[in-house]
Amino acid sequence: MGLVEFTFAVLLTSALAGLLGALTGLGGGVVIVPVLALLFHVDLRYAVGASLISVIATSSGAAVSYVREGFSNVRIGMFLEVATTLGAVGGAYLAARISTRAIGIIFGVTLLYSAWSSFRNNKDVETHPPNALAEKLKLTGDYPVGGARRTYRAQNVPAGFGIMAIAGLLSGLLGIGSGAVKVLAMDGAMKLPFKVSTTTSNFMIGVTAAASAGVYLRRGYIAPGLAAPVMLGVLAGSVAGARLLVRIRVPILRVIFAVVIVALGVEMIYSGATGRL
Amino acid sequence: MEITISRMLRVGVSVAALVVLLGEILYLWQAHGVKSDYGYFHGVPTPVDHIGLILEGIRHLDSRSIIRLGILLLIATPIVRVAFCLYSFGMQKDKLYIPISGTVLAVLLYSLLHR
Repeated sequence: MGLVEFTFAVLLTSALAGLLGALTGLGGGVVIVPVLALLFHVDLRYAVGASLISVIATSSGAAVSYVREGFSNVRIGMFLEVATTLGAVGGAYLAARISTRAIGIIFGVTLLYSAWSSFRNNKDVETHPPNALAEKLKLTGDYPVGGARRTYRAQNVPAGFGIMAIAGLLSGLLGIGSGAVKVLAMDGAMKLPFKVSTTTSNFMIGVTAAASAGVYLRRGYIAPGLAAPVMLGVLAGSVAGARLLVRIRVPILRVIFAVVIVALGVEMIYSGATGRL
Repeated sequence: MEITISRMLRVGVSVAALVVLLGEILYLWQAHGVKSDYGYFHGVPTPVDHIGLILEGIRHLDSRSIIRLGILLLIATPIVRVAFCLYSFGMQKDKLYIPISGTVLAVLLYSLLHR
């Protein structure tokens, strides 16, 4: 493949990944890394570097509308970013210490978890009992439901903080946003409303990814000729996806995308285990 | 505060994407169809702490340097966002969230700038 063909193939694939990632809420990063590694035979480190850059772009791009609508909670996001940024720096350092085979296997497991988590039913808890630590840290807020605003209060703060550190570690290690793990921390552990969890998670992803980007740049993981089409493609795809999402509901697409992710996850684990990465 | 954050993010991402796009078009032009081998890792570090080196490359219309500048602008966007939050918490005299956002900013700057 020549340069121009390669660049356009990567651009189109990235746009598709960004589109599906936005429509299903899983993000483009989880797909683009295995596709670059398995289909385009790009070294895993370049794939991870290019993906990380696209993750910063889509997170910051998508956060715009959510912050404005009043779903994202800036204080909760900032508090948890202490955990994710420290985790991300650790993950980026770890990426150089362990083999690409091991990274491939961890990536595969993360893909399988993401696919599974996209089918969890997201029912919000009705009551938020008083929580001293949440009160002290001001981890409370309200969000629009219909015409009114409903208040919420964080629970299990230490558990949420811990899971966030793991989310950051995975983000730095794999070059993904790890939105699924972030939502697990906020929606699952801290019992925050689902809409608040997903939008605040999205808001945090850019900051988390920026924390490992410096380490990636210094190591040469970010190849300009590859990162540029991946970033532009994923960004264009996810902007289009976010626009479409307002108009269409696509349960069937979610199933298809989950199947794709499971297949990629199995293939990553297999490739990692047999040393083909 | 929320409105300023969303405006800031939009401007940062748009400018960065535009610079990367310009660099990429120039890259396709300059490389004459010769593709780098991404199947083999030979990491060339980006001189993060030598912004002068990147600017020097841009003066010579080096496409890779332009893409690198766009990527640095993109990375700077969430960092500026955190710095702005620190400033607004400072304005609100929020004794708790000044150190919290300060910590996040310190981690980000440490990761980007230390050797």
